[in-house]
Amino acid sequence: MTTNLSVDEKKDVYGVIGKNPLRHDGTDKVTGRAQYGADIRLPGMLYGAMLRSPHAHARILSIDTSKAEAYSGVRAVVTAKDLPDVESKIAELGEGTINLLHQSNNVMAKDKVLYFGHAIAGVAAINAHVAEEAAALIKVEYEVLPPVLDVRKAMQHDSPILLDGMRTDELGKKGDYPSNIAAHYQAQVGDVEKGFQDAAVIVEREFFTSMVHQGYIEPQNATAQHNPDGQITIWCSTQGAFGVREQVAEILQIPISKIRVIPMEIGGGFGGKIGVYLEPVVVLLSRKSGHRPVKMTMSRSDVLAATGPTSGSYVKVKMGADANGMIAAAQAMLAYEAGAYPGSPVGAGMGVIFAPYRIENALIDGYDVLVNKPRTAAYRAPGGTNAAFACESVIDELSEKLGMDPFDFRLLNGAKEGDRRVDGPVYDRIGFLETLEAAKNSPHYRAQLEGPNRGRGVAGGFWFNYGGKSSASVSVNSDGTVSLLTGSVDIGGTRTSVAMQLAEGLGIPAESIRPVVADTDSVGYTEGTYGSRTTFATGWAVYEVGKQLKEKLLERAATIWETELDQIRFEHGIFLFDDKQMTFAELASRLDETGGPVVASAAVRPEQSGPAFAAHIVDVEVDPETGKVQILRYTAVQDAGKAIYPDYVESQMQGGVAQGVGWALNEEYLYDDQGRLVNSSLLDYRMPVALDLPMIDTILVEVPNPGHPYGVRGVGEVPIIPPPAALVNAIYRAMGVRMNILPATPARVVAELNKQKG
Amino acid sequence: MNKKIRVQATINGEEFEFLCEPRQSLLEVLRETLGLTGAKEGCNNGNCGACNVILDGALVNSCLVLAVEIDGCNVTTIEGIATPQGLHPLQQKFIAHAALQCGFCTPGFIVASKALLDQIPNPSESEVRQWLAGNLCRCTGYDRIVRAVMDAAQSQEKTL
Amino acid sequence: MQVLDYVSAGNVKEVVGLLTSNNGRARILCGGTDLLVQLRENRRRAELLIDVKNIPELNSINYDNQIGLLLGAAASCHAICHNPFVLENYPGLVDAIHLIGGVQIQYRASVGGNLCNASPAADSIPALIVHEAGCIIVGSNGTREIPVEQFCIAPGKNVLQNGEFLLAIKVPVVKENFGAHYLRFIPRNEMDIAVVGAGASVTLDKAKQRILSARIALGAVAPTPLFVEEAGVFLAGKEINEKNIREAARIAQAAARPISDLRGTDEYRKHLCAVLTRRALEKAIERARAS
Repeated sequence: MTTNLSVDEKKDVYGVIGKNPLRHDGTDKVTGRAQYGADIRLPGMLYGAMLRSPHAHARILSIDTSKAEAYSGVRAVVTAKDLPDVESKIAELGEGTINLLHQSNNVMAKDKVLYFGHAIAGVAAINAHVAEEAAALIKVEYEVLPPVLDVRKAMQHDSPILLDGMRTDELGKKGDYPSNIAAHYQAQVGDVEKGFQDAAVIVEREFFTSMVHQGYIEPQNATAQHNPDGQITIWCSTQGAFGVREQVAEILQIPISKIRVIPMEIGGGFGGKIGVYLEPVVVLLSRKSGHRPVKMTMSRSDVLAATGPTSGSYVKVKMGADANGMIAAAQAMLAYEAGAYPGSPVGAGMGVIFAPYRIENALIDGYDVLVNKPRTAAYRAPGGTNAAFACESVIDELSEKLGMDPFDFRLLNGAKEGDRRVDGPVYDRIGFLETLEAAKNSPHYRAQLEGPNRGRGVAGGFWFNYGGKSSASVSVNSDGTVSLLTGSVDIGGTRTSVAMQLAEGLGIPAESIRPVVADTDSVGYTEGTYGSRTTFATGWAVYEVGKQLKEKLLERAATIWETELDQIRFEHGIFLFDDKQMTFAELASRLDETGGPVVASAAVRPEQSGPAFAAHIVDVEVDPETGKVQILRYTAVQDAGKAIYPDYVESQMQGGVAQGVGWALNEEYLYDDQGRLVNSSLLDYRMPVALDLPMIDTILVEVPNPGHPYGVRGVGEVPIIPPPAALVNAIYRAMGVRMNILPATPARVVAELNKQKG
Repeated sequence: MNKKIRVQATINGEEFEFLCEPRQSLLEVLRETLGLTGAKEGCNNGNCGACNVILDGALVNSCLVLAVEIDGCNVTTIEGIATPQGLHPLQQKFIAHAALQCGFCTPGFIVASKALLDQIPNPSESEVRQWLAGNLCRCTGYDRIVRAVMDAAQSQEKTL
Repeated sequence: MQVLDYVSAGNVKEVVGLLTSNNGRARILCGGTDLLVQLRENRRRAELLIDVKNIPELNSINYDNQIGLLLGAAASCHAICHNPFVLENYPGLVDAIHLIGGVQIQYRASVGGNLCNASPAADSIPALIVHEAGCIIVGSNGTREIPVEQFCIAPGKNVLQNGEFLLAIKVPVVKENFGAHYLRFIPRNEMDIAVVGAGASVTLDKAKQRILSARIALGAVAPTPLFVEEAGVFLAGKEINEKNIREAARIAQAAARPISDLRGTDEYRKHLCAVLTRRALEKAIERARAS
């Protein structure tokens, strides 16, 4: 069930946005007709398989592919030898940066394998079974090295080193000895020492989180056709076709003009399908096989072992408040697992950790740490959940010690317009306080929770949201519809939420827009669908394109009515002059006689993406003998700025909650002491099933983002931020134990309960 | 050349005949040999339900059925849920309730839900959640899926 | 997968013949929900798969109130759990069989397969043990029967010799004032392998105050499903009270020899043994009293 609380004055003025038209791709998706990456079939297609490392840390001494190459049905085998040398160069990659050398080594290992499942070789054959059998015949000689599996141990001087050339970036200065600490960042404001001295109550706690995976149901896939003339076409399920094009171009040292990436429908990404894994390999295999198309899909166990989960972490938070509950000082240390190569989201974690609160004295230290686990990738608000888990738990404890309602504590300290975040930026108009008020006044929070072993927990959340570059092009069809091309892959209904923004501007129904997700040759540069940016930034691009379209159509109307441009009005899809009028569709049918086709395009890079805030409430019941936590009731409250497509905004909230619940209660990567992933299957990597969750109620708050024509704020990421803290806070109120490890599995809950008893 | 076995089966009401190796799963043959790509591979070991089909009235994971096992059988895939008259109420309700985001799990859920409504025409929320426990969705949190299924059940009841 | 050939057998003799002549290279295929996964992961091997699903005796579910229940080894969990005789007379079995996987697995997986797969965590086995079920095995030397608790000999290994296969499972008629229950602990609410499973059955005296006999069996806490005979021996003749139930649970816990693996630590499993045995016994007693 859902409620909408809007502070937007214009809220009743809109014709299209804020409503729920049927999504344009709905029929294709409920009939199985939608084409996802693995659905593609091309004449002469070969199937690929990868050989992956059985060791977590080893030097590669030799690779002998001869038996695989000779195996009946095999057409090509490639290894890192087939990859050109790349420089150690940093590139932007969605919500983070990558080092292209590391990216290349991750695609196929060169001198070392750095995690269990690290790709070593690719095989193309007449079918997937043959490719797999052949891959198993590749002989690799390893010098096995001790694995590094714990983030704090990895930071110690005597730890085995993953990358010999790694020197710590110590607050901007390069260190001079080998280390697994890729970087140490720091942010501070005011004087924490003094702040803590002034505090009446101080809470200091440590928190541990495990590596977790995005868990998209569709495994990675890629198909490539390398033509004899050097033109390359790639079909893949990706969050960003232009990003794939760039990465493949860099890794294979091929000009981007030779590469066309056609994004297929995508079965979930959550940040995990921004970086490439298979694409460069299938291109090489296609070339080597004599220019046949090659398709490769990942098995689920390879997805878990060898794509990009998010960091496990160690986070320490110390927070002090005065007797009235005002936060006097806050300090945090965050150590995040980067996996095999640098680039954990610890920086984002540092930005998130105290972001919802106004704090004058704060010090945050963050460490990006290498361990022998897969190279981490973005996972929905990357770095944020680990940080918020810590901070929101400490705030819960502080507010309890002060005898304050946990929402009141947050309201007292909550950030608003003009406040400065610890890592620097000053807030524009934001909606945290409104979100907290809505949560505090919600039916859920007002309802009594009764019964033994039951408790209610709350938590807040923040996410930056991202802007980024988007392009769009449109053309008007003679029947009054408008064809819209964008480069934004549609993972969750954004074809329609973007189309709605165009429809709004033109005063026509959403159904009159024909949205198409275009490939890299067919539309201007567009960053991927991530960062909660698509409805915001691509929506802005179509807003701009809509303005251009309107201008051009006004000119056509002026031609028809033989008058000046400024004599014509355009309201709700109708052109008006004197006592004459023409609908959009009528004018569209007369474009030929007034000058020919009408098209327009725009490219934007909006700056003010408008942060999102959330507040969640959860009721749990804990079985005191088994430690199992059942979720009785859940409400997610969030500031969406302006909900363009409300059903889908709510669905994003519900999905983020579900992932957060899994993260909190059951999901974790389990490695043995050799660094082998033991639970690389959906049987034992336990994501929530329908029976694990109740209905998830949502409350939409709308405090418009002043930085967007319709007030849009990104909505996709912030909902994954509060759930773990909300759940452990609820467990505390139910059972009196504070869980500081994620996941708070039944066994861990029982252990804490026993500690409490004994 | 590995041994191939000839299989005849009725799929979505049409007669099919194909050759396949004994080791090929029904999922693989549906997708690669017969071009019915609606059933998806999410895990290949019976833990996600994305590959669901109905085999002689039974809801199954087609990744755990060998293609050779369906000789003489009747199979319904997602491609067979809609009729020439239009979308099945489940399909309509999934769209109406926004019960999908990426849509990858949707074919599996719709096939599973159809099997549910064939057995239990008016299921309670908990019966729906229990039945659908074998279908993983990572995008929606299941809320809208459950609502869509129960609404479809209601609308089917009305037309009976 | 190494599988090269497949045959759908028409009768029992054919199966025995194929198993014998293929000398370990052939395997029985029932629901396939364990076997296919294992073959793909190279945890088991087979060159020939012998599908027994089309053999009538393998699929039959027969109940006779003198002999009891006869479950064909290939009968699906779904068929068994929807059989009116089974539901009426063996709710304690339905508890367990109904937990094997989700609906999709239920329609294919068989109790025979669950038994032959011999996972220490198999759900059906503790329940069968507390019902005093027996395995009917057929091979080139004819037919033999052994109690279910002797069927599994190591993780993933059963007593079947080359040329033998499981034909059916026999469950005796339940006595008067009998009640049984099986439950397991899993971290989610569905789709998990048992961290610990516990089955209990009791036969009460006429006054339903005293336990005449009882059987307790545990899953996932030993290399094979564990029949804790001593717990049943302790309960025989005892009054129904909390103290005796707890003592039986303690005996079961003491008998458990769990390992630590990705599904649970030995410590947590030991802890759960007592909790689940107690809960299983309480429910079994409740059912016996209501019978």
